Amino acid sequence: MSRSSNRALRATPGHIILILLVFTALFPIVLVLLNSLKDAPEVVRNPLALPESPDWSNFAEAWQYAGYTRGFANSVLLTATTVATVLLTAAPAAYVLAARKIKAAGPVMIYLMVAMTVPIQLFLFPLYAVFARLGLLSNVVAVGVIVAAINMPLAVMLLRTFFLRIPSELPEAATMDGANTFQVLRHVLVPAVSPGMITVGIIVGLNAWNEYLISVTFLQREESYTATLGFLSLTGTFAVDQGVLMAGAAILILPIVFLFLAAQRKFVDGLVSGSVKG
Amino acid sequence: MTVLNSVQPDADTATVKDARRGRGHGVHYLLLAPAILLSMAIVLVPGVFTLVTSFTDWNGVAADPEFVGVENYAAILADPIFRTAVGNNIIWTLLFLTIPVVLGLGVALLLLRRPRTRGLYQVIFLLPYVMAAVTNAMVWLNMIYSPISGVIGFLNKQGWDIDSPISSLDGAIYAVAAVDIWHYWGFLLVVYLAALRQTPVEQIEAAQLEGANSWQVFRYVYLPNIRPTMQLMFVMIMIFSFLTFDYIFLMTQGGPANSTEMLSTFAYSLAFATFQFGKAAAVGIVMGVFGLVASVIYTRMSRRGMDV
Repeated sequence: MSRSSNRALRATPGHIILILLVFTALFPIVLVLLNSLKDAPEVVRNPLALPESPDWSNFAEAWQYAGYTRGFANSVLLTATTVATVLLTAAPAAYVLAARKIKAAGPVMIYLMVAMTVPIQLFLFPLYAVFARLGLLSNVVAVGVIVAAINMPLAVMLLRTFFLRIPSELPEAATMDGANTFQVLRHVLVPAVSPGMITVGIIVGLNAWNEYLISVTFLQREESYTATLGFLSLTGTFAVDQGVLMAGAAILILPIVFLFLAAQRKFVDGLVSGSVKG
Repeated sequence: MTVLNSVQPDADTATVKDARRGRGHGVHYLLLAPAILLSMAIVLVPGVFTLVTSFTDWNGVAADPEFVGVENYAAILADPIFRTAVGNNIIWTLLFLTIPVVLGLGVALLLLRRPRTRGLYQVIFLLPYVMAAVTNAMVWLNMIYSPISGVIGFLNKQGWDIDSPISSLDGAIYAVAAVDIWHYWGFLLVVYLAALRQTPVEQIEAAQLEGANSWQVFRYVYLPNIRPTMQLMFVMIMIFSFLTFDYIFLMTQGGPANSTEMLSTFAYSLAFATFQFGKAAAVGIVMGVFGLVASVIYTRMSRRGMDV
């Protein structure tokens, strides 16, 4: 047996496993796309069949009943609030913790690591009561700040490693030239870590965009619904029309998928940078 | 989701070398303040209030909750739902410590030998991970598990007599776990693959020169190299298995008949369905203690590589 065919033979079981897993990963997504173009009876008849005649009206109907115009605006507002708050608070903290100029750095890091892993239920109930008292329920920006506080510790830890990679000559040279700490941060360090800021922004942005627990608890009036909550409201109204429901799902899934494909390297970097030594 | 990064102490101290050491400290505390204040306002202070609330009969609204001592803790410990929840959290932890870990590591090893196609595979396997829990849960519920519109319903119509696992008392937790694992395992794959790829090539070549087979290369070269990542993922999976909420709450809300209740959904329902904030707070504190124990392990492990 030739060497190459031997290798092909050995690779086959692995290949079959990979193909099966690709099928498993994509199957539910394919179901969404197929059924988003069918009317209700057609879905019930056979969810696996191709649409007989593509019915694009499901998308218009889903868009309208899920309130996606407002929903996407709210999702953008929530995500922007979260990402901006996280980066503005985490970046300076990460710098200080990377430079370790103060004694409190160690305890602060330990605090952040604990904060990263506490259950949301540990602080949710009093927070809810306070927000209700202050009239901040259904306030998208306020909810964005909560989501930011939850994501901030991870962002600090990730950004800290980006600050550590900056060669120390850079800030030193600027200091020699008479720049103060803020100037060094603004003109030397921030540009140097901006790739890290983008990575962290993507990861935190994805978390905020997909967020469920905090949104569903705090955003109660329909005007404040994010796209995900709007989609969930479809499941009440269109429990029987799966076609519309799947069109609603497709509208939510497609932008994320395209963004992910466009920025996959950054996504993967962000996911990995926190978890792998080195 | 986790943090463990090697730190070069020399780079650390070099950055520190500030000609005006001792003078800029105020500025540094100022730079730290926004992050600390944010976390204190949203997490720490309400967390302390939760602890206080857990000793009262607060309903979430009343201005004068009564102090009831450890009554809430006694009540939840005696509640069979609490025991079900702890049991389910343990089942969940065991499922997640095995299935996605084996899948992720196994596929990472397969992709290690496929340098040309692995990028494509990684992207495909990560797709479910980047999609929202809300859509994932609803798609599986309606298109796969539903006895009317789902694949299960379709199979029933073809004469296959399969019950939908999501509505069975014994099967529901596995039906939900399947969806969460489908969503999650790609993340572990990417992490493990990145860790495997950092194994020094010389070590692998040396082992192969000495006649090691692929299992021996994995066992004696790759495994020791990825051990820190494996351990860290182990702890993170444990922590997040005890906090799991989204998929359960979206797909079963703890039902049928509390058979999929987790500590997180139990606490949530106590607070927002029956307005027993005191009891909900007690469950939250119990979860916090579990989390803290895991956190301490986690911090200790990280510190080895992170010189806090």
